[in-house]
Order: sequence, then structure tokens, then C-alpha cells
Amino acid sequence: MGPLLIMKNVVKRFPGILALNKVNFDLFEGEVHALLGENGAGKTTLMNILYGLYRMDEGEIFYRGEKVKIHSPSQALTLGIGMVQQHFTLVPSFTVAENIMLSTRRFEKNVSDVIDRIRKISKEYELRIDPNARIWQMSVGERQRVEILKLLYMNAKVVILDEPTAVLTPQETRALFRAIRLMIENGAGVIFISHKLKEVMEISDRVTVLKNGEVAGTLKRGEYDEKKLARMMVGRNVVFQIEKKPANPGREVLRVEDVRALNDKGFTALNGINLEVREGEILGVAGVAGNGQRELAEVITGLREVSSGRIIFYGKDITREDVSKRISLGISYIPQDRKEIATCPNLSIAENLFLKSKERTFWFDKRKILDTVKTLIEKYSIITPDPLQPVKLLSGGNIQKVVVAREFELHPRLIIAEHPTRGLDVASMEFVYRSLLEARDRGVAILLLAGDLDEIFTLSDRVVVIYEGRIVGEVEPDPSNLEKIGLMMAGVVDV
Amino acid sequence: MYKIKVEKRLEIPRYFPVLIPLFSITISLILMGITIWATTGKFSNALEAYKEMFSWPFIPECGLSDTIQKMIPLMLTGLGLTIVFRMRIWNIGAEGQLYLGAMATTWGALFFLKDFQSPLVVPILLILGTLAGAFWGVIPGVLKAFLNLDEIVATLMLNYIAYYWVNYLIYGPWKDPHGYNFPLTAMFPEHTWLPSMGDTGIHLGIFIAFGMVVIVYILMNKTRWGFDLKVIGDNEKAAKYAGINTKKNIIFAMMLSGALAGLAGAIQMLGVQHRLQHGFSPGYGYTGIIIAWLSRLNPWATILVSFLFGGLIVGSEQLQIIMRIPISLINALQGIILFSLLASETIFRYRIRIVKR
Repeated sequence: MGPLLIMKNVVKRFPGILALNKVNFDLFEGEVHALLGENGAGKTTLMNILYGLYRMDEGEIFYRGEKVKIHSPSQALTLGIGMVQQHFTLVPSFTVAENIMLSTRRFEKNVSDVIDRIRKISKEYELRIDPNARIWQMSVGERQRVEILKLLYMNAKVVILDEPTAVLTPQETRALFRAIRLMIENGAGVIFISHKLKEVMEISDRVTVLKNGEVAGTLKRGEYDEKKLARMMVGRNVVFQIEKKPANPGREVLRVEDVRALNDKGFTALNGINLEVREGEILGVAGVAGNGQRELAEVITGLREVSSGRIIFYGKDITREDVSKRISLGISYIPQDRKEIATCPNLSIAENLFLKSKERTFWFDKRKILDTVKTLIEKYSIITPDPLQPVKLLSGGNIQKVVVAREFELHPRLIIAEHPTRGLDVASMEFVYRSLLEARDRGVAILLLAGDLDEIFTLSDRVVVIYEGRIVGEVEPDPSNLEKIGLMMAGVVDV
Repeated sequence: MYKIKVEKRLEIPRYFPVLIPLFSITISLILMGITIWATTGKFSNALEAYKEMFSWPFIPECGLSDTIQKMIPLMLTGLGLTIVFRMRIWNIGAEGQLYLGAMATTWGALFFLKDFQSPLVVPILLILGTLAGAFWGVIPGVLKAFLNLDEIVATLMLNYIAYYWVNYLIYGPWKDPHGYNFPLTAMFPEHTWLPSMGDTGIHLGIFIAFGMVVIVYILMNKTRWGFDLKVIGDNEKAAKYAGINTKKNIIFAMMLSGALAGLAGAIQMLGVQHRLQHGFSPGYGYTGIIIAWLSRLNPWATILVSFLFGGLIVGSEQLQIIMRIPISLINALQGIILFSLLASETIFRYRIRIVKR
């Protein structure tokens, strides 16, 4: 029997990047096929295409041997393809049964029939849920169960689960895996998206590894082990080499002591993290995105409150200081989201260059600022016809230069750089790297929270690995340690 | 084949800030003309209404001093709203803040400083009204900053509280015992009045209003604080990231906004009404919203816009008298102006092109 589903040579372009490059993927009945890859590798994009949320630019999809065009999620559901997205799509004030009826898009005269069927399915798959409970009263794990029930209720044959374990406790994860096994026993195919190696090892029959929008390989159970998958996932492609003098570390600048903090959803993001950075060194923090990197940066800059622990800056406890105080102490922050957080899109380049300042003056002298701005634009080679142009009209690389210029001109003693080259072309990337290294050589302490390992290896003097809000180990930034880091990043601690 | 393509403009042309308000005023005047034509059945009536509206309010012997009198509270409320609108805080409570300012000033003039003969009386009374308006602005500001309570709802409801509070006082404890049972207070003693210029009816409030334009302009454009407000308005996350205390700024901006509306109420009491009476404001606080938008949040522009709107109000009163056109038509007209302003703000961001397929 042929595969239930085939995706052939799928290409998807987003402005400026090739998100998927001729990706092939298939799924048989009764198997769990895992999609593994770092954040930004294209896993979710590929599945969003299958679920009708995105259109592909090139490629074909075959379902049960027939070529199909999927334009919308409701069409995908009619075919029997369902997806549990990372953000749930439930109406909070409705009950479970009402939500399920809503998604079937059929008017059910007899609600008790629906409820009976939900009870039956929930029993069959051991997904305990009360059909009359309201969504807003439920935990995230329960909501996910409702989403899965919804798909089962609609007889989905292809069930896509996008990072389903990210929000679950270990017990809930076990229950989910039990349900997945029951689903494949009943002939469904499950696509399991994850970046956690352990889980992928446990549940999958086959694994496809995506890297930078391309398939790095598809392996059957037995053909792979954790090490092999880790290597495929983080395999290194050298963009360019940059000259780096040996580090000359001085006094301790930052010490993070047993810090715990919650993320925006109220879950534990930092779970007792410890690290220290010294003058004149770059500490790289490696990790899959979403393991507490952002929260770590926010806790140090004062944007997020800690629930416990201390943050020490040059021997002084700054845990309770506010953001502006920390800026004046010399903590600079280059956030990952340059458009969302680091700049004001409608304000001019000049104004964005002066968003932050160490001392708050009363007057805001535009003419004086404009003079300084002109020298900055030259110094950091920001390409713009007019410094009074809104910053949103600049390219990503130039916006990043504005951010870098501003943060560097504050003459910081500590720079927190969070994925500072995301989405930049090679020239801008090199510029950012050089700027960071120059700052280091001047004696600035740098905490680098990078997305990919290339960056970590190019820049760092020391590397620590973060996993689920904790530092799980320290590694020499040596290419021979690549595999070890990959495993640690994926949650395999005992290496 | 040809296809009509609607696409977003990359850059907004420089003349748009002037063109859009003019465009929306024109549209609403046309709609008003059509309405008059339709209700009276005569096209000439519409033309006459236009003539009346554009002449009477601006001729010195006729309505000009009235226009200037009305311009003052409009300018002040509009200015106050300019401050908060720049941060994208939608204070629609200027009316209530104005009422509270008027109320506090009345209390000062009739009771607190009744027998206090001093040149300081007028300034003190003005400050009293300003503080009361500020207080009425701080309440929703605090609620917004600390509880994230929607300021639109809060300010709107506070308008009603202020309005009925004033009504209670003028129908009850503050009612003029010699007022033939009308809902108004006694006349303020003359030493509390704002001096007028000759017999024009134009009082010193106009200079206070102009002074406020300068102050607001400097505050918004020349100080770090004004810059911070702009940052908060454009991207609140960036503001927090840059170490700007958003909570404090929200409260402070709401306070200033309320203070200016309160000052408008105080000036109206001391310069024009000289007593608190039912319906003393034809919706200055609400019209202030339109003033702020038509001025495109530029303090200098509020001078011109509130002058025009003062004229609009005076002209419409005139229409009411000579042509028996109901005042509600003018209120509708004001609504249409704001409406078409908001619509053209969005529409003009796009352009239409006909392209060959």
C-alpha cells in the first residue's frame, strides 16, 4: 500500500528568505513520523502548508494517491488532515462539546448525541475530558486534549501535532504518547513536530530532520540514534571565518545567582539559572529557542521580574533596580526582535538612535541630536537618504545597525546580544560580529544568546548550554564539541 | 485586460496633513448642504446656509467675538487631548474634566473666596478649576496604568458622573435662591470675573489659551518628556525597553490633559458665564476630540482649527435663528467631519492604479 500522504518538492518563499527548499515528506497509515529541527528550520511552515494555512510557491501534495490542492484548514479537515497548533483555537467561554460542534460546521440537533460521542472517543483514547466543562477553566494540557479530541471527532486520518509537549508536564506527556499510540493502532498517521530528541526517540517510527528549510535526511527507527540526529540537526555550515584574538578576561561583571522567573504565559521559564560573565569575554549561551533565553535577557535588563534569585552587577545586587537604572549602570541589550522591541517603527532614524540615554536630560535638543546622528550614520555605515526618515523604511540589516549603534554608543560595560544577526545578510552579519569583538577587546562583557551554533562558535570564549531554563553544562567552543552541545541542547544531559 | 489595483503607499506625501482635514471638512459641508436641500426642498436654502455659515461668524460686527469666545475652550480641550492622543491614550473624558473644572471654580467663586478681595482671586480660581480637571483625568490614568482598565470606558463614564454631579448642585444646594427656580447658581461676585477687552466680550482667557499652546508645544517637542510620550505612543514595548516608566507617564499625561480641560471649564465660568448653569457646554470636550484630530496633534494647528470650529458653532446657532435649522444637524455635521477624517486617514494610505494584466 502506498503512503497516505506525500508532499513533493515543496518550496516556500517569504520576503527575503527561502523558508522551504524542495522539501519531500511522506506519511504512512499507522506510523508516527517526526519532524525534527532547530527553530526556524521550517517545520511549522511545512505543516502550515499541509493544513492550508500557507500556500506553497512550488510543489505538489498527494493524499491517498490523489493530487490535492489545500486552500484552507476547513478543506484540510474535510480531507481528514487535522493540526493541533501551538496556539490553540478554542472559544474560551464555550464548553468542550460546543467547541467541537463549532469546528464540525454542522448544526447538531441533538447535543446529547455529540456529548455521548465525545465521551466514547475520550474513553477510547484515554483522553479524559468532561464534555460540559468550559475551556477557560481548563489547564493548557486539558485544552490540548480538547484540540486532539476535536480532530478525532472529525475522523482525521492525518494528525499533525506542533510541539505538543512544550506545554505539558511529564505525566501529561506520557498520556499524550499513549493517545498517539492508540491513534496509530486505529490506522491514523501522526506527524510529530519537535526539537526534543528524547521524545522523538521514544515515539517515532521515522524521523525527518529539517535544517535551514532543507531536508537533512529521513531515517527509519533503528537507523538513527540521538547522536546522529543531533549532528544532523545542528550540522555546521561555515559562512565565514572572522579573526579573533584570544580573550583577556578581567573582573567579574555579571553574576546571575539561582534565578527563577516565569514566562508570559505564567510557566516556569528560568528554573534556577546560574552564570557569570567577566570583562573582555564573550559568554555564549547555546540552546534551542524557547528554553529561557529571552527571559534570561529580560531578567538581566530589568524587563522581567524574578521570582527568586539574585542578579549581581560589579558586585552590587541590582535585582530590584528598574530598567532605566540598569541602562545608566551600563547594561546594553540588543534584542532579537528589532522591530517589535528595539525600535519605534514610525519614529525617525535619528529619534531611534536616541531612544535610550544614560542620563535623562530635561530638554530634547533636536538640532544637537541631528549633528551627532550624522556622525553615527557614517560611523556605523547605516544606509539611508535621510536621518529623518521613519526607521521602518530601512532594511532589516540597517535597522539592526541603528540598534547596534545606539547600544554601543551608550558605552556599556555589559552587552546582552540576543540572536543579533537574525535575518541579516552576510555583510551585516560580519559587521555585527566585528562590533561585538571590538567591544570585547575594549573590555566589555558580552552575553551572547544566539540561535545557531555557528554564531556561538564564531564569537564565544566560553559556551554554556541552556535547557528548560537551566544551565546544563559548560563546553569549550571547539568544533569537536559540536555533537556534545547538540545533545545537551536537545535535553540529553548525561553526556 | 485592465485591472484596478489598490496598493498601499510607501510614503505619505507631505501635503497630506493639510489635504486630509480640508477634504473631510468639504465632504461634510457637502453632505450638510444636501441634507438642508432635502429637508427644506429648496436648493437655494442650502446655498444661503453656506453663505451664512461662512460670513456671520467671521465678521467683526456680527459673530466674530462670539467665535473667539467659543474658540477658547475648544482650543484648551483640544490641546489637552493632543497630549494623550500622541501616546494613543483615548481620553474622551474632556467634557467631564471641563465640568469638574467649572464646578470647582464655581465653588471657589461663590463660597470659598466670595469675600476675598484681591487680584489673586482670579488666578487662584483658575488653578482650582485646573486642579479639579487634573484630578478627574488622573483617576482613569491610574486605573489604566495599574489595572489596565480601558480608558475609553472609564473617561466616558466619568463624564456622566461629572455632568450629573453638576446637575445635582445646580438643581439643589447651589441653586440661586433668586433665580426663579431655573437650574443655575447665583451670579459670581464681579471681582472674580476674568477681565474683558472693552465691550467685545473677548476676555483675557484667549491669552491664557495662546500661552498654553506655547507651553504644550515646548513640552511635546522640546523636552525629553514629550519624546518619551511619542515613544510610548508608537511602541510601548520599545518604551519599556528604553527604560521609560510607562505607568508614570500615562498618569502624568492624563493629568495634564484633564488639567487643560479643567482650565477650559474655569475660564468659561469666569470669563463668559459668571455662573454655573445647566448645559453651559455645547460639548466642548467632545468637540475637542475633533479639534485634536483635525490639527493632527499639532499644538499650533489647534489655534486655526478651533477658530474654524468656533465659527461653525456660532454659524450654526445663526442658522438656527434665521433658517430654523435644528442644532442637531450641526452636531451631526461635526460627527461627519470626524468620521470622514478618520476614513480619509485610512483611505489615503492607499492609492488606486489601473494596471494592464
